[in-house]
Amino acid sequence: MKKLTLIVVSMLSAVLVLAACGADAGGSGNAENYPSESITYSIPFDPGGQSDVEARRQQPYLEESLGQDVMIQYKPGGGGSVGWSELIGKDPDGHFISGINIPHIILQPLANDDTGYQTEDIVPAAIFQATPIGIAVSKDSDIESLEALVNKAKESPGSITVAGSGRYSGHHIALLQLQDLAGIDMQYVPFDGAAPSIQAFLGGNAEVIFGNSSDLIKYEDDMNILAIGSEKTFKPLPDVPTFKELGYDMTPGIDRGVAVPPETNQEVIDTLETAFLDILDEEGVEDEMYNEGFEPKRMGHEESLEYIEQKTEEYSRILENVEGD
Amino acid sequence: MLEFLPEVLSSLTQPLNMLLLCAGVLVGIIVGALPGLTATMALALLLPFTFTMESDTSLITMGGLYIGGIYGGCISAILINTPGTPSAIATTFDGYPMTKKGQASKALAAAAISSGIGGIIGGLALLFLTPILADWALNFGPPEYFWVAILGLTMIATLSSGSMLKGLIGGCIGLLLGTVGISPVGGESRYTFGFSQLQSGLELIVILIAFFCIPEVISMIENKVKSQKSVKKEKGIVKTLFFYIIKKPFFLIRSSVIGIITGIIPGAGGNVASLLSYDAAVRFSKDKKSFGKGNVDGVVAAETSNNAEVGGSLVPLLSLGIPGAPPAAIILGALMMQGITPGPDLMSQQPGLVYTFLIAFVAANVVMIIFGLMGSGYIGKVLSIQVSYLAPSIVFLTIIGSYAIRNNFLDVALLIGFGLLAYVMKNAGFNPAPIVLGLILGPIAERGLAQSMLLGEASGNVFALFFSRPISVVLIVLCVLSILLPLLSNLFGAKNEDSQEKLGA
Repeated sequence: MKKLTLIVVSMLSAVLVLAACGADAGGSGNAENYPSESITYSIPFDPGGQSDVEARRQQPYLEESLGQDVMIQYKPGGGGSVGWSELIGKDPDGHFISGINIPHIILQPLANDDTGYQTEDIVPAAIFQATPIGIAVSKDSDIESLEALVNKAKESPGSITVAGSGRYSGHHIALLQLQDLAGIDMQYVPFDGAAPSIQAFLGGNAEVIFGNSSDLIKYEDDMNILAIGSEKTFKPLPDVPTFKELGYDMTPGIDRGVAVPPETNQEVIDTLETAFLDILDEEGVEDEMYNEGFEPKRMGHEESLEYIEQKTEEYSRILENVEGD
Repeated sequence: MLEFLPEVLSSLTQPLNMLLLCAGVLVGIIVGALPGLTATMALALLLPFTFTMESDTSLITMGGLYIGGIYGGCISAILINTPGTPSAIATTFDGYPMTKKGQASKALAAAAISSGIGGIIGGLALLFLTPILADWALNFGPPEYFWVAILGLTMIATLSSGSMLKGLIGGCIGLLLGTVGISPVGGESRYTFGFSQLQSGLELIVILIAFFCIPEVISMIENKVKSQKSVKKEKGIVKTLFFYIIKKPFFLIRSSVIGIITGIIPGAGGNVASLLSYDAAVRFSKDKKSFGKGNVDGVVAAETSNNAEVGGSLVPLLSLGIPGAPPAAIILGALMMQGITPGPDLMSQQPGLVYTFLIAFVAANVVMIIFGLMGSGYIGKVLSIQVSYLAPSIVFLTIIGSYAIRNNFLDVALLIGFGLLAYVMKNAGFNPAPIVLGLILGPIAERGLAQSMLLGEASGNVFALFFSRPISVVLIVLCVLSILLPLLSNLFGAKNEDSQEKLGA
């Protein structure tokens, strides 16, 4: 029976060796006839999430404009970091692309040094969509405006509880930004994702919630949305003021885009940029996005790079302020 | 709901919908039975195909797949001690010993019948009690999560067969394993050793396969477990079993209620449900000693509750738009892609669709019983394959399965590493169950504790938050009873060998 043990062990090692080869194989394509093979579109989250909904919408349009199959792959883990670490190690031939989320790709490397990628490793091809982050209180709350909330927080620092998804996340940074601008201090309670945070909020465990527009719209009847993070009035929520209108210079939100590995050829990036941004011109796409609580965005490669750089500075400053306290 | 009956019936009796319902259940069973491939994954794979379907068809198919997948997990749990899905952990405790005794078909049939009954009870709860249950679910805040996890951890007493000390050590190892990854509240990386893949923590399924399956396969190779030339087929066993199970209404209802409640609480899934229900079965049994050695009641308890959990997990989804378990999250995604946003008003906006789904859900459970019983006589034949073919095949499947979960090679390496560790530990007398229990419940307890502390800090009274909320108080009482009862029964019945052995050491 010793022999069998040997067989199993050698099988295990054979599988591992083969697998390792498979991961390294695959040559870099020629930029001129890009795309020359099917494209893997990696989503660093679970299927069925907001990034997935967007990717599924784009898939048929991309297949048509690029003339190749587009396969969606899921690589969840670490709030996206597992997928992005994979992206930066891939061949820079444009046949492996990945959805990206801002602020995730900025905040994760700032928060932990074992994240597996650096923000500047990620080369955006386009940013096409955003979910503005809003702040809300319960329908039954005596707080009726952001001003009232700020005043209450000034009266009793640290006693107002705020639910949000995760630490060093979009919601967390939005809270830090508001605290910074308003000079207040509230108690942030991070939950394990948007759904648990909403559940805790609806159950009355937290007074205030930071949520993505899509979620806030879903529970509009149960909550009073005090402000939203869009630049201008957010179409699906016409009566809700923006933070800017209320005098707080912040536009919290989750921006979604697509990125390629470092050192990808400029022509490949241009092709992808056009392919992704053209989808927004297709009939009905923008309306669908608004209905789902998303905000269409149109940023090409250059603009996205600048945007990420600007946000990186903004967020580093906020986090430094916090750590300096 | 009666006014929607014509719509529901016409949708359900469409040949395509009926076909896809059956196909969904069947595919779910197969995928669920393969170690590492879970109901969640099957649903994720199905997702792209649902875009082109009508919304009722897509929901019916997904419901069938979900139900089949959760049931299918018991097949590998019973046959090769490997939970096909995490929900089937507790099924291994008695299911596999039954197989060792040559009762594989009996265990499979019992699992099919009890899964179906649990599923139907869960479905009926979903159909009639959703609004009430949804309100109740909202009362579950961070302190309650903490206490539920602590209650779960008291099960170590039941699960550590033999030595209580080793059980506690195992539980601590599990808790430690549960801390790997980005901490839920502080946001910093822990024990990742520079592997960014570990930031999301250890994958439960990989650890399950490593601790349950790998040691068993190695023993198989060492020829400790003999391949069974023939699985005994007993005549009329299905009928006998059915009446045996149905004559325990209290037992069934208790298991189902545990399943439904666990399902409603977002964040605790079928794995916690089946463990809690198994624990209750052991505690209330007069014949505690026979559990873990092939008592059919253990299989019934675990399978009833993990299938009842399915119904429960859909309650917050349909009433609040919050998925109660990972597979429910994917169903949510499917609905979103159909242009339906499940939220508090789903029931009022799409009543026809919701009721079609609910009736189909109950029907799918009936289909599952039929498939399960038809298969139980034949599936057991897998075991008559020679070890020299069977062992490598199992190893091969587990490796594929552990890779497929997250497309991550590190998981394969972890499977092998932890598998060997599990083998060594098993030989040293450690039961894998407490380790896995710690891994599942540790993160829930940690999150609940840290979030409650933060909330308590803000209100200025941490103590009140933990000890004065009604559900918390009930949970605390259960925790205390769970710890004290075995001690008391030991005290009063000093001559009772049974309880003495439970306390062990």
